[in-house]
Formats: sequence, structure tokens, C-alpha cells
Amino acid sequence: MLSIDEATYAAIVAHAKRDHPDEACGIVAGPEGSDRPVRFVPMVNAAGSPTFYEFDSTELLALYKEMWTRDEEPVVIYHSHTATEAYPSRTDIGLANEPGAHYVLVSTREHGNSDGPVEFRSYRIVDGTVTEEEVSVVSSTPEPRTGSSTG
Amino acid sequence: MAIEVRIPTILRSYTGGEKAVDASGDTLADLVDDLESSHPGIRERLLEGPDDGPELRRFINVYVNDEDVRFAGGLQAPVSDGDQVVILPAVAGG
Repeated sequence: MLSIDEATYAAIVAHAKRDHPDEACGIVAGPEGSDRPVRFVPMVNAAGSPTFYEFDSTELLALYKEMWTRDEEPVVIYHSHTATEAYPSRTDIGLANEPGAHYVLVSTREHGNSDGPVEFRSYRIVDGTVTEEEVSVVSSTPEPRTGSSTG
Repeated sequence: MAIEVRIPTILRSYTGGEKAVDASGDTLADLVDDLESSHPGIRERLLEGPDDGPELRRFINVYVNDEDVRFAGGLQAPVSDGDQVVILPAVAGG
């Protein structure tokens, strides 16, 4: 199951709506091993396409280096589909390289840039096998105190 | 001294779970061959094409000292002791 707070859920949906009809993409990082998506990081879709997304390679490196410094990992990797359902495409499955991540798919096909509900679904993709999981949206709670937070 | 190579999660099955391993070589191609000798199977995950003219896989990014090797000579990119090499699969899809 993916447990995600309201604010992060809303931020992912807003990003998908904003970039429609192109695909939007990004991650939500969290402390390594915690399975808690806490730090929302929208990324630029370097492909700038309604049918493909790719993080820019330089930004990808910067993102991972930042996560390593902070002992984080990508807990959620999200992207949108803008004309099809929120289900991983063959390309998504072939290129899924984070077996520990929750792959979130948002579909903006119904309302595009406008208000209105979107499909928001989450999957595990491991060795080419897709397993859908429940999404639990929880009210935003403060992070447990485990040390000083410098942001 | 050696060249530190940062291994992504998806390829750590080849390095016994290690996040980073040491390797050596004068070019990235040499480095990959050296990695293959210590971690058999990893080359196939990084390169595609014929043995005598392989290329980096389209959705594998390799950085030498933070520079994407696609802009620095590809597999012929020079490497030397003390360099840091990072391998990261693209985050991409359709």
C-alpha cells in the first residue's frame, strides 16, 4: 500500500494538470528504508511530450546526489498519462528501474488542465511484473523528530 | 588509488549489494570491462550492440566527475585514478 499525505497528493495532481497535455513527472523522496514519501520534487519532462517522459540527465544526477547526501531514496516516482488510463504502459514497465519505489500514475485524460477528479493509482513494478496497490491518502502530519531539520 | 563507481539499486545484484565498487581503466570502455571481470553480467546491462562496437544503452546514464559521458566521448571518455563514476538508469517512460 502507498500511504501519502494530502498535500503531496494534491501537489502531484496539480503538477499533472499544469503540464497537460504533456506528461508531468517527478519523485517524492523519503528517508531510506522508511517507505514514507515526504519530500516532493517535481521534475522537468526533458522529452516535453504527451506520450513520453524522461528526467534531464544532468538534473537526474543532481537529484540522486542530493538524495544520497540526505540518506533518502525515491519512495514515489510519478508521471502522468494525458490521453490514456493511469496504468503503466509497456515502455513504463520496460524502463522501471527502481524496484523499491511506488510508481504513481495520474491520468488527466478527462479534465486536462481544468478542475475535476483525476485517476491516481499506484503500482510496484519489479522485473517486468506490475502489481497495483491501494493508495491511502492521510492528513498531513508533522515529521517525527529524529534530529535537527535543516531543510 | 582507484576509480570509484557508484552502482544503482537495480544493478547491485551484480555487486553483492555494494553501493559503490572500485574499478580501473584508461577509458570508460576499459572500466566496463574491468567491472565485468569482477562482476560478471554487468556489462550486458550497460552496453548494447556488437562486441566490437558496443554503445552505452540508451537509458543508462554514466557520469564521470558529474559530466554525462554522452557529451564527453561516450565509451572512449578518459578516466583516471581518483575519478568518480556514477551509473544511473534513466527515469523515463511513456
